Amino acid sequence: MDFTDRVAAIVRAEHGRVVAQLIRRLGDIDLAEDAVAEALVTALERWPADGIPPNPGAWLTTTAGNKAIDRIRREGKRDAKHAEATMLDHDEPHEETGPVTDDRLRLVFTCCHPALALENRVALTLRLLGGLTVAEIARAFLVPETTMAQRITRSKQKIKAANIPYRVPREQDLVERLGGVMTVLYLIFNEGYLASTGEGAREDLSSEAIRLTRQLSAMLTSFDLGAPELDGLLALMLLTEARRDARFTDGVLTTLDRQDRSRWDPALIDEGHQLVRRCLAVNRPGPYQIQAAINAVHTNAIDASMTDWSQIVQLYDQLLAQDPNPVVELNRAVAVAELDGPEVALRIVDRLDLVGYHPWHVTRAELLRRMDRHDQSREAYDAALALSENDAERAHLVRRRGSLPG
Amino acid sequence: MTTYLLSVIHPDGVTDEWKPAHLSPEEVEQSFADTGAFNEEIQASGHWVFAGGLEPPSNATVVDNSNGQNAVTDGPFAESKEQLGGFWVIEAADLDEALAIAARGSKACRNPVEVRPFQGVA
Repeated sequence: MDFTDRVAAIVRAEHGRVVAQLIRRLGDIDLAEDAVAEALVTALERWPADGIPPNPGAWLTTTAGNKAIDRIRREGKRDAKHAEATMLDHDEPHEETGPVTDDRLRLVFTCCHPALALENRVALTLRLLGGLTVAEIARAFLVPETTMAQRITRSKQKIKAANIPYRVPREQDLVERLGGVMTVLYLIFNEGYLASTGEGAREDLSSEAIRLTRQLSAMLTSFDLGAPELDGLLALMLLTEARRDARFTDGVLTTLDRQDRSRWDPALIDEGHQLVRRCLAVNRPGPYQIQAAINAVHTNAIDASMTDWSQIVQLYDQLLAQDPNPVVELNRAVAVAELDGPEVALRIVDRLDLVGYHPWHVTRAELLRRMDRHDQSREAYDAALALSENDAERAHLVRRRGSLPG
Repeated sequence: MTTYLLSVIHPDGVTDEWKPAHLSPEEVEQSFADTGAFNEEIQASGHWVFAGGLEPPSNATVVDNSNGQNAVTDGPFAESKEQLGGFWVIEAADLDEALAIAARGSKACRNPVEVRPFQGVA
């Protein structure tokens, strides 16, 4: 890993924690973000000469804190005394103000305030906590970058103007905001599992999402507010994460059916299956639990040919009933292809309005290939390649396209 | 502290007597009593700044001197089913506190309440 990559990795790993800590101390999101950005510039200037400090996260926090004080003084937003007072609690233990003690989890709950529209909550959390760029978030949501930039700016303005507190949620807030929080955590996980740009995956985002979900689950259990959907979400993440090592071979994406299953992580699969069984016992299925169950069926099979496709189609039917959306229909069609053949599946796929979604083109390409309609399959791979910006996935698609006969 | 405007909205229109269309006379009486109690409560807790119920929109007059040629017209500016019935101006520590107060006010007056921060109060 060269220097720039190492710095980039540090920044990705530390961004959420540093921003969350500064927001708590400064009470000002924009100021915190700007200060962190300035600290990063300083790091890029100094670290090449001085070396990366032993605790880069703490270095970034301190430097960003100093940048913020400078800025407050320079802009005369508040008097210097106020700035110093704000900074005084720097090394003191966090004030105990409620059930959420982790700064990042507190930030999630602040961003997921019900006074913000759901899509704005998710976008803001990905920006502040995940440190994703506006362009990355826009891609994850399939919306133009300008739309996403407006959403994030608007949310930050509302937090400031309406004085939405950056505070630990109370018990009733935990339950009320859980839905939005879960959406956020799952999107962070997904962005880490298959990053929308660049080199394959961003493991730091996935492990952060898993860490936060585990913490949230433990917290709710301790309040006797156990939520099966949260268990389902954790199971879904674990069963997906378990396959991470088998997903890439020499920088090329390997699809589920071709993965070397001995490289799956048995401990994560075990934990995921236990959670799915616990959900089944509670019997209050929701979308995350069903998706976890689908992944449990996949990970139960010793090899791809042993997959119980009829059970998977049934689970997708159940999921569609709860969450009717074209992406779920597309995934169901993949299972239908295994059960009823590619012709039936293609008829389903072709009536879905997902032209801007590259997995739709990939699915069409694979179905057309199996039907020996090679020219059309080639066109579909081209369309998918034009939309995919992940290098490992592109390499996979180029290989698949190249292996078509004729 | 932030100052908030809590606006009471009559979403389903009002009768000619400026009574909520969805409530019986007994329910209206009860809502007045509950709103009075709510007013006392927020006065006692120090959140109260100012409050008032409004005359019906038919008693409104629009003045438009925005282009320097003053015109005065009878009636409300907006011809909509939803009407502003009254408001509270309160001070609260943050939005969560304001929302909790608005929730009690909404229950008392039997109408939705819009919560909006002031840009600043002179």
